[in-house]
Amino acid sequence: MKKKITNWSNYPVVEANLLPFRYEDELRQLLNSQQEPLITRGNGRCYGDAALGPNILSSLPFNHILSFNEQQGIIHCEAGVMLDELLELIVPKGWFLPVTPGTSFITVGGAVASDVHGKNHHKDGSFSNHIVELELMNGVGEKVRCSREEKADLFAATCGGMGLTGVITKVKFRLKKVESSFINQRSVKAKNIDEIFGLFEQNEGYTYSVAWIDCLQKGKDLGRSVLMLGEHAKREELPNRQQMHPLKVPASKKVSIPFNFPSFTLNPLSVQAFNFAYYNKMLGNEKKDIVSYDPFFYPLDSVLHWNRMYGKKGFVQYQFVLPLEQSRQGLIEILEKINSRKMGSFLAVLKLFGEQESLISFPMRGYTLALDFPIVNGLFEFLDELDDVVMKYGGRIYLTKDARMKPEAFWKGYPNAQKWVDILKKYNPDQKFNSLLAQRLNIIS
Amino acid sequence: MKYILILGATSDIAIACAHEFARNGYGVQLAARKQDKLKIIAQDIEVRHKMPVTCHTFDALDYESHHEFWKKLPHRPEVTLCAFGYLGQQEKGQTDWREAWQIIETNFTGAASILNIVAQSYEEQGRGSIIGISSVAGERGRQSNYLYGSAKAGFTAYLSGLRNRLYKKGVHVLTVKPGFVDTKMTEGLDLPGPLTAKSEQVAKSIYKAHRSKKDVIYTLPVWQLIMQNIRLIPEGIFKKMNL
Ligand SMILES: Cc1cc2nc3c(=O)[nH]c(=O)nc-3n(C[C@H](O)[C@H](O)[C@H](O)COP(=O)(O)OP(=O)(O)OC[C@H]3O[C@@H](n4cnc5c(N)ncnc54)[C@H](O)[C@@H]3O)c2cc1C
Repeated sequence: MKKKITNWSNYPVVEANLLPFRYEDELRQLLNSQQEPLITRGNGRCYGDAALGPNILSSLPFNHILSFNEQQGIIHCEAGVMLDELLELIVPKGWFLPVTPGTSFITVGGAVASDVHGKNHHKDGSFSNHIVELELMNGVGEKVRCSREEKADLFAATCGGMGLTGVITKVKFRLKKVESSFINQRSVKAKNIDEIFGLFEQNEGYTYSVAWIDCLQKGKDLGRSVLMLGEHAKREELPNRQQMHPLKVPASKKVSIPFNFPSFTLNPLSVQAFNFAYYNKMLGNEKKDIVSYDPFFYPLDSVLHWNRMYGKKGFVQYQFVLPLEQSRQGLIEILEKINSRKMGSFLAVLKLFGEQESLISFPMRGYTLALDFPIVNGLFEFLDELDDVVMKYGGRIYLTKDARMKPEAFWKGYPNAQKWVDILKKYNPDQKFNSLLAQRLNIIS
Repeated sequence: MKYILILGATSDIAIACAHEFARNGYGVQLAARKQDKLKIIAQDIEVRHKMPVTCHTFDALDYESHHEFWKKLPHRPEVTLCAFGYLGQQEKGQTDWREAWQIIETNFTGAASILNIVAQSYEEQGRGSIIGISSVAGERGRQSNYLYGSAKAGFTAYLSGLRNRLYKKGVHVLTVKPGFVDTKMTEGLDLPGPLTAKSEQVAKSIYKAHRSKKDVIYTLPVWQLIMQNIRLIPEGIFKKMNL
């Protein structure tokens, strides 16, 4: 039975067969009985079409935790386990995720397939950095193990490989030791782009750093932002009350946006109001406090389905990275374009990445910016223009958030693309694994 | 330590209940036909909740084996959850007796067979708790699933009689009537929003009802209202409806 399926940005929407599996046997049966191409989907938190196709394997029921070594901090689990479930298990024992994206509602398989990054990329690299070993199931239902030592080419092509090497079934990875579940947070205001760049570079000693940037500012205020820095709080840094339960898991108080907002709520005016409110919440130039990990890492998770704010037409998220030397100039050019078009973004997040060596993962040394755009007429043409700027400066666009870029932008932005595609041919010879994204970008033709 | 025995432990509600009771400090005994699935479920519960879990082969239709099964359990469980069932295909069952037979036997006869034994044992020791997962489908026979519905109606009546018998003996019997349940396997199917519970939610309400010794619960409560109204429709009208 076909049903309508879409990922986080509600664009695109496809009619597809959703094929859930709970056990390895069930997955093998699906692989053997399906002649048509398949793609795996975790929790659909990628924004675009990476996890979409006419036949979608759903890994959500495949969510058993296999072992948790509390002494060494190593977890072994099936790919459908969600990060929020893992946190519930590991935090009380003094461990944390080595890398986490801005939402805890993603699966471990999705973390691997997009090789996700967090606010600590400059210190700890991306998710794949912490993987001990992976297990996949290939197109004919065979189990294949890989790691940096074993089938290293498959391992490299799978991390950030958008599900095209096979179904990731089991992941073993290292956790991060923490003394408390709290974050020592410092926020600093920056007047403009030069200030924020300076602050990022001065503060690379911090484990976590990210900035929220107000895209509607112009001229000397261009790049006005707030930098948020954080460290896992040590036990003795906690107020007395919290010292009693230093590893407390915050209770979830979630509200849901039950339906799609009408799209007019997101005009530049409402964006401006939002930005203003956000920016002025913090009156001094600098603020320090101790917060639980939830608001620090997952500020949006408390509003379930916030994506519905963008209305029925959906939105796209545009995330790019520019090489360090080109970042300042490229960013100014892009912010000015956004400004002049009044295509204002509700949320814009800026971050300085560290070095990254990988085959096909997104991060590279330099600044990355993520922006949301509600879908309106002319948007895609506008984004093509932004792509040109990103390409001109040698940058690239994050596949997991993309739903619209042209193949040229992909092939230009990812210098190892051909090498990656060659490995795909070796491990996915019949092109059993294929997605709308892979077709759109001529990865699998 | 207290134990819960879960019969038919591979269903979604059963798995969710296993987690919920383990989270609340119960050791878990998982029983089902297929052992390979049980093992991975058991491992997962042990890692997450640090409670002991054992796996046992149980076939609801193999009545002869039920005594032996009960006797061989490593611990006498304080709580027995009867969660197995077979929805089957109504239309097939109308002409194919094997299908009809399997629906009736699994949902009613198999349950009665094993619970007879459990009830006897609990009665003798003067304590224990039996939880039966029945269904709102048992409230009134509908053309679309009356084989399943009538077997569940039988099971509901069985549980009610059991409660009546064991109440004085300190044994508690809880009847659970789930409406639509949204499981990970039905994710994406268009189940009607406000009428659909998640299996985790169902498990939580079962645990709560067990703690507070409720007799009958609907999950979600709105189903009680719906079924009350459906029961009130005169048969003369009901027979003409398309349900
Ligand atoms: C609010 C929000 C904040 C975010 N913040 C960040 C961030 O800070 N950093 C970051 O890097 N990302 C971020 N993301 C993106 C998100 O982390 C990734 O898109 C992630 O891959 C989503 O995981 P998922 O389980 O939902 O997978 P899906 O969205 O379902 O799939 C994503 C990709 O993974 C593949 N995949 C999933 N499971 C498997 C499997 N078992 N085997 C093979 N392939 C598989 C799919 O085919 C697809 O290509 C954010 C997303 C949201 C909604």
